[in-house]
Amino acid sequence: MLHQIEGSKAMARTIALCRPQVVCAYPITPQTHIVEGVGELIRVGELDDCEFINVESEFAALSVAIGASAAGARAYTATASQGLLFMAEAVYNAAGLGLPIVMTLGNRAIGAPINIWNDHSDAMALRESGWIQLFAESNQEAADLHIVAFRLAEELSVPTMVCVDGFILTHAVERIDVPDQAAVDAFLPPYEPMQSLDPADPISIGAMVGPDAFTEVRYLQYFKQHTALTLIEKLAAEFEQRFGRQAGGLLRTYEAEGAETLIVAMGSINGTIKDVIDEMRADGIAIGLVTLVAFRPFPADALREALARARDVVVIDRAIDVGMGGPLASNIAIALRELPDPPAMHSAIVGLGGRPTSKASLHRLFRQAAIQPWEGPHFLDLNERVVARELHRRGKTRRVGPAAEGILKELEKERVEKLAERTS
Amino acid sequence: MFEVRIHGRGGQGVVTAAEMLSVAAFLEGKHAQAFPSFGSERTGAPVVAFCRISDREIRLREPIQNPDALIVQDPTLFKALDVTEGLKPDGYFIVNTARSLSEMHLDEIVQRLPAGHALTVPATELAMKFINRPAPNTALLGAFAAEVGAVSLDSVLEAIRRAFPGKVGEANVEAAKAAHALIAAKAAA
Repeated sequence: MLHQIEGSKAMARTIALCRPQVVCAYPITPQTHIVEGVGELIRVGELDDCEFINVESEFAALSVAIGASAAGARAYTATASQGLLFMAEAVYNAAGLGLPIVMTLGNRAIGAPINIWNDHSDAMALRESGWIQLFAESNQEAADLHIVAFRLAEELSVPTMVCVDGFILTHAVERIDVPDQAAVDAFLPPYEPMQSLDPADPISIGAMVGPDAFTEVRYLQYFKQHTALTLIEKLAAEFEQRFGRQAGGLLRTYEAEGAETLIVAMGSINGTIKDVIDEMRADGIAIGLVTLVAFRPFPADALREALARARDVVVIDRAIDVGMGGPLASNIAIALRELPDPPAMHSAIVGLGGRPTSKASLHRLFRQAAIQPWEGPHFLDLNERVVARELHRRGKTRRVGPAAEGILKELEKERVEKLAERTS
Repeated sequence: MFEVRIHGRGGQGVVTAAEMLSVAAFLEGKHAQAFPSFGSERTGAPVVAFCRISDREIRLREPIQNPDALIVQDPTLFKALDVTEGLKPDGYFIVNTARSLSEMHLDEIVQRLPAGHALTVPATELAMKFINRPAPNTALLGAFAAEVGAVSLDSVLEAIRRAFPGKVGEANVEAAKAAHALIAAKAAA
């Protein structure tokens, strides 16, 4: 049924339709509305046979989910930003143990400097933890991906993260179709664990593994992620057939036919990029888009095929690996280098810490890639004047003080100067 | 696509106003997207919320920079920031005040816009009368329906009832109706 509701609420209702048996979470902006919503549905009895467990931290939240999952329950949790980092050890444990927990990540920047706004730093920080990571483009997909995630996680016994842009999606009120229970039940059968703790049939989960077997256990994990590549495609096809709309898959293309320039991006920025592409296509520019849904497992073959015929590829990263560059760009560079005549890749760092990305800036970026390409990562909308001034100041003295405060002071100086210019 | 930007202060229901407007559009079968300005909200701090209305799916996620309509819930904001920034030349401008735009020293904006596109509504006074709370958002939406017409009054009233079920909702409905009648009468005069 169609609703005009907040993305978080639509996700909560859809998660409830997936019949989780244990839900535990610790509040952190911007994912809080999602678990509050699930908690409310449990309280009013719309979601029965489910226990909402209050915990004292994110580390406890995922640890409880691990315990619940090991006991054979369908377990769900959600977090964001520092919350994900605080549970990091448990994140690796859930994956290493092969427990099919589903977690929503309301994507948010990581401090310091402290920042509550959206980017993909949190998901990128734990990209090597062994979880499947799927990125939602819209609120409809954010809701739908949870149905896919439970099925995918449980078929493979691998934990799955649904990455949803904090605020931009979680706090937007839109038209969202929340499916009915029967449709979800038909897609998602009751959880049948591959392993569970049962006093009647005792086993142990979490054995210590020495040098003789560690590689083999890891290889099985690697193999499962590889298997997921095929299963993700299969489930996307089945989802579309049953629900009549697309959700998930490894990637989707838009106006890619005959495109000389192809953009690659993850998450909600794809919507804005599509509008820019429509405008540029109207101007006769051969440009298209590859929306990457699955970041882990990384669909290198599918990407290579999608990008092979482009002349230029612009990779949008919503995070920065400060010692390397854009994490998505680094991954795509590896995928492209096997092509005999690879497209030129241009990396852009976009929308860090909630900086809004305008169509105007994307127009400039995409045009520049084809006519005046840059070296290394390009920081979109970087305030170069403020950076230059701060770098100059920092070059003059040893005791420069903290970077965040330095930039804030320079920004304030700039604001005052502009105000003076306007009033003079 | 019709884009609305709502300015106010924390506690005035700015975000709820954008959400109710989006629900009103939804009830008319349109696509609508409402979202706040994502600050660390606190009572009294300037708050911005946005609403896009379209016949097609809305994919755009940038904040609204060039609104077709601007609703200002708190007239003290004019001193704090340039709320009219980016308003389209043929846009609408609705201010919550019991004073005239001239008294507010806003003649320059009135002259920029087509005749009848800038108006004031005593929304706080109407809210105090009907709701007994200084929550001007629903009265402003009633005025918006009368002046702009991007959504009908009936849809706005239904959206208000859905946001505030029961007695509070009906009081807000009365405030919206009164503001609508006030603006409709002004337009007819």
